[in-house]
Amino acid sequence: MTSVIDTAPTRPAFRLSRAFQGLERLVVPALLIAGWEAFARSGMLPPALLPAPSAVLHALGDWMFGFDETTQTYSGHWLRDALASALRVFGGFTLASVLGILAGVAIGWSRLFEKTLEPTLQMLRPIPPVSWIPLAIIWFGIADKPAIFLVFLGAFFPVLMNAIHGVKTVDHNLVRAGAMMGASGRQMLTDIVLPAALPSIFAGLRIAVGSAWMLTVTAEMVAVKSGLGYVLWDSYYFLRYDIVLAAMISIGLLGYLSDLGLKAIMARTLRWQQATTVQGRAG
Amino acid sequence: MAAIELRNIVKVFSDKRRGRDLLTLDNINLDIEANDFVCLLGPSGCGKSTLLNIIAGFEQATSGRTLVDGQQVERPGSDRGVVFQQPTLMPWLTAIDNIAFHLKLKGVAKAERHHRAMEFIDLVGLRGFEHHHPSEMSGGMNQRVGIARALLMNPSVILMDEPFAALDAQTKLEMQEELVAIWQKRRCTIVFVTHSVDEALVLGNKIVVMTRRPGRIREAVSFDLPRPRDITSPEFNDAKRHILALIREESTRLAQAS
Repeated sequence: MTSVIDTAPTRPAFRLSRAFQGLERLVVPALLIAGWEAFARSGMLPPALLPAPSAVLHALGDWMFGFDETTQTYSGHWLRDALASALRVFGGFTLASVLGILAGVAIGWSRLFEKTLEPTLQMLRPIPPVSWIPLAIIWFGIADKPAIFLVFLGAFFPVLMNAIHGVKTVDHNLVRAGAMMGASGRQMLTDIVLPAALPSIFAGLRIAVGSAWMLTVTAEMVAVKSGLGYVLWDSYYFLRYDIVLAAMISIGLLGYLSDLGLKAIMARTLRWQQATTVQGRAG
Repeated sequence: MAAIELRNIVKVFSDKRRGRDLLTLDNINLDIEANDFVCLLGPSGCGKSTLLNIIAGFEQATSGRTLVDGQQVERPGSDRGVVFQQPTLMPWLTAIDNIAFHLKLKGVAKAERHHRAMEFIDLVGLRGFEHHHPSEMSGGMNQRVGIARALLMNPSVILMDEPFAALDAQTKLEMQEELVAIWQKRRCTIVFVTHSVDEALVLGNKIVVMTRRPGRIREAVSFDLPRPRDITSPEFNDAKRHILALIREESTRLAQAS
């Protein structure tokens, strides 16, 4: 009666695997990199076409810290490039989150918004954000604005769809319980529907932050003259595949970090949910 | 004036997909006095939950009048506390915040809310668990929170829809005893829906036996066996025999009709 489900049971096998915790996730990447290094050094492909991981790491290191200028004009400019991309992601993603949540909650909650707003938005949704590039360039020129616009388009729809879903699938009985306790229409939305929809909204935000990075890089390849995507595309023109790969790794890393950040915010906000996961508080 | 007056309640559900109407409640008339502990007893599908939902204001009767304290029921409200079949707590709130949710909606400050909710934490025996979330507590504990939440609003009636149906037998017995103790201590009006004859006889001082669909009131039995009730006593068994006979009569009637 008074037992509390709090920690996972500690079986012997479980404790043993705990000693390797953290190491297990390194096994697959380590094998991949070792295989790649061996293949690159075997000379089956010219080194210019497939640089070895060590060469890529060298390029990345110089790009970041500028120790021997292997990356020429980029040497030591990584932070500037990464920041340029990150700011575009941040701008577009923030805009998309705010508008996506507002529109999604409105559509999910009110029949009126569902009828007036949703058809238009659903018609815009299948249009690939990339296909907006020509218009983005004539409207906003070549700078941050078209990139932010594209990021917004890519991030908005996942947020919107998940917010609608979250609001629509709120347990009907919670709404009844709220009515029983005397909640007004506005309180029903702010104190019951919105918190109940949060897990779904966060799922949308996490998908959106991934799209945001994809579209920043795409925009930088075409419409902007700075950022990681621009370095990637520019290095391709100079056949510097080591820098191309270093840029890809940087994008992957930053995308992963943004997701981790979002996950940390989510874990704090949705702390009430954690005890229900099968693995307890881990992960 | 009775605490709850039901006058000629009829409820018809229209089944749009099959294009026909379903008579669920057929002319229900019932008076429930203040401080009564009334059990609505009937087989599943007899409309007893629908009747409770009509009193709660979640559903509207097709015709007839529902009065609580002389007021026509039109919508849900905090004068009628509902305890649902599932605890139906806000999963993002702790036990104490769930209990005090009504006060939060009224704009009462947090310290005051917690102060007032503590009394009900103690009443349902959850001291030490006030900062646990529903996902960290057992079904029985969550249902206690649900009961405390309804009591805190100090409603004129408490409506309970098979609140112990999902609990194991032992927890169910404990909760029944506690509910009776709370009812005796606080003197409130309770309408309790159940399909279990034993549960109705353990809890109620008035047992309203309903018929199979369409729901009608077969008989309202007064049952004033002193508490705590001995479920093996002759008086208990007499009452049980009487109610079972009513139900059996009903099944034979149905069997003959078909």
